[in-house]
Amino acid sequence: MQTLEPILSEHPFLKGLKPDYLKILVGCASNVRFNAGQYLFREGEEANQFYMIRQGRVAVEVRAAELGPITVQTVGEGDVLGWSWLIPPYRWRFDARALELTRAIALDGKCLRTKSEEDHNLGYELLKRFSNIIVERLEATRLQLLDVYRARS
Amino acid sequence: MVGPPLQVGDNVVLERQHLQQLLDVLTKRGYRIVGPTVRDRAIILDELGSVADLPAGWTDEQDGGTYRLKKRADEALFGYVVGPHSWKKFLLQPQMRLWQARRVGSTFEVLAGSEETPRFAFIGVRSCDLHAIATQDKVFVAGEYADPSYRSRRENILVVAVNCGQAGGTCFCVSMKTGPKVTFGFDLALTEVLDVDGHYFLVEVGTELGAEVLREVSHREAREEEKAAAESVIARCSGQMGRSLDTTEIKELLYRNYEHPRWDDVAGRCLTCGNCAMVCPTCFCTTVEDFTDLSGERAERRRRMDVCFTMDFSYIHGGSIRSSAMARYRQWMTHKLATWIDQFGVSGCVGCGRCITWCPVAIDITEETRAIRESELNRREVI
Amino acid sequence: MLTHVYRVERVRDETYDTFTLELKPRNDSGVTSFAPGQFNMLYVFGVGEVPISISGDPTRPRKLIHTTRAVGPVTKAMRKLNRGDELGVRGPFGTSWPVEEAKGCDVVIVAGGIGMAPLRPSVYQLLSQRQEHGKLILLYGARTPADLLYQEEMQRLRGRSDLQVDITVDRALRWWRGNVGVVTTLIPKASFDPTSTIAMVCGPEIMMRFTVAELEKRGVAEENIYISMERNMKCGLGSCGHCQFGPFFVCKDGPVFRYDRVKYFLGKAEV
Repeated sequence: MQTLEPILSEHPFLKGLKPDYLKILVGCASNVRFNAGQYLFREGEEANQFYMIRQGRVAVEVRAAELGPITVQTVGEGDVLGWSWLIPPYRWRFDARALELTRAIALDGKCLRTKSEEDHNLGYELLKRFSNIIVERLEATRLQLLDVYRARS
Repeated sequence: MVGPPLQVGDNVVLERQHLQQLLDVLTKRGYRIVGPTVRDRAIILDELGSVADLPAGWTDEQDGGTYRLKKRADEALFGYVVGPHSWKKFLLQPQMRLWQARRVGSTFEVLAGSEETPRFAFIGVRSCDLHAIATQDKVFVAGEYADPSYRSRRENILVVAVNCGQAGGTCFCVSMKTGPKVTFGFDLALTEVLDVDGHYFLVEVGTELGAEVLREVSHREAREEEKAAAESVIARCSGQMGRSLDTTEIKELLYRNYEHPRWDDVAGRCLTCGNCAMVCPTCFCTTVEDFTDLSGERAERRRRMDVCFTMDFSYIHGGSIRSSAMARYRQWMTHKLATWIDQFGVSGCVGCGRCITWCPVAIDITEETRAIRESELNRREVI
Repeated sequence: MLTHVYRVERVRDETYDTFTLELKPRNDSGVTSFAPGQFNMLYVFGVGEVPISISGDPTRPRKLIHTTRAVGPVTKAMRKLNRGDELGVRGPFGTSWPVEEAKGCDVVIVAGGIGMAPLRPSVYQLLSQRQEHGKLILLYGARTPADLLYQEEMQRLRGRSDLQVDITVDRALRWWRGNVGVVTTLIPKASFDPTSTIAMVCGPEIMMRFTVAELEKRGVAEENIYISMERNMKCGLGSCGHCQFGPFFVCKDGPVFRYDRVKYFLGKAEV
């Protein structure tokens, strides 16, 4: 889709990506939209995409039977959501629900996996960027784990 | 009785048999006389009734974790160095009431204490201790908030200092440039001389007040050989120091070495008993405690001396910042030798050696510093 | 130093364990002026005395306002006070947030948990001289939505166009439609000029360290970042020795410190 190329090239996640690779991604991309309350994906489903959020806010949730869903993180404009497509068994481990009207670019992970096996350089470019996100998320999660605001006496 | 006109800086001789006159003059002027006396097999500081209460003929043998009194061959009145007490006992006080409050319905009134300020005459203050008093002055008198109790006591003391005639086993005032000769902060300074000519004190007049007091005591002009005898006593003492501490860039040395393995080594020995802080003449930490009586009508706040070695010294909601023994010893030593300099412009250590003597496991601040400094040198040589 | 008797005007719960005290001098005379970031030593008759940051409006000093958690015997006793009861106040003590230095700059305020309390006076002061500053950004993180302080006020602040407020919580249940994640995640998304920004950070020490790292990643110089520290305090005057942090006395060289000055000791464990 030609209209998506400028949008993709401006997204911070893909900064510096070679135009050829950008074209490949554009070929795997589609415009998506979720209304408030709508689920992007659910735990256990096959994970075949990831999302580059352009607008809105999405809650990453865990279902806890007695408490209902607990939000562990929210992502918004400029963020990337979803890395389960990278790692077998390619299944979502969390729910993702739009909190408000959310627009995103969905990228076909399955397609990108295949192309990355063919061209390892493409794979490396994608993995470099995803590692960054995963590390940031891990650091933030650790900080969350520390529960620093907890009252101590 | 009245000798030649006295001025600040004069040196005169006071015979041993006239020392009691000095104490009498001070008593007549309303001073409470405090000084060294033997008690519980140590030389401590307390109120003196007369010269007879001074430790005549006693000396102290000090080393790491060791303190013993021994009889001297002569009857010197000041033939020892410093004991477990220091003058903060009288200036800062181990315990005092800050204020009282009384409940009146749902409100309360705060009543300031109005204790009369005692006027102390300190007899036998050593040079290291004079430096210690001066450094505590920086905490409690200079600075934005002066402590009223400390300040009023401090302004009302009269100091009869003594130049040490012999160094103690753990002394290192020469390294810290705090002695053995008294150079400031005294009204009168005595150097005790016992030789073939007799038993006398060379007295240096330090202030107008000192001159005033001395005028009422029998004294005479000092002969040249008496002045020389006093000088040599002090010089001999300088050469006898039991310990030494290299203070070259010591602040930077300790700031660089917060993570040095030597701290863990000390932690293996340190009992965190806090003796070192208690006997140290410059350690000033205090804590406050609030009390009520059983009826709940009256409340009181008291201040008492504290040591940074306790588990709850650095406690904030949930835990202590310095919970390991390593951290607490490191805090004490780096404060004393390094951060004190940034805080007050001088070292916190006056080289009196008390911490070495009174540590039950003989931890030696000079040895610890040396170990850290030398390990750095070794590292550089390896490179 | 004697404590001055103040009367309790109001005690209000902010959350299940945090409350706000409003105090006035006993005979209602005089102003209670202070600079944002300073603290008082508050005394409850017969129980004890604790250091508490002042969280009121320094431009309207008729009332003295303190927000604190009820965690120990003194704060728990404080929470049980009623209007008309009295307590003792000594202060104000300590250094303050660099509101003057921030003139002509963007200001980023990052508050974590109860850290919002000592920062609120700074927000008030900045807003009272709004034209002196560039962008004003408040980033506030708390444990859960129930732990957010000053909720009504936050709503009002969010409605202002001259201040950007972003709030996040560490965890939330379904009904929360705001951000979830640690407060550091709000920094990359905030829009300010790092070369001309003063940052004021307050919260648990871990949160402050991570926040400073994130601010530095954005390009804010360490001389332009200010933090507020906490240590055991007994006197508030720099003479009891308890609040020492390296060479600094938190009660008089702090509690607000410029980050580059304390960076070395912050990096050392158990100092």
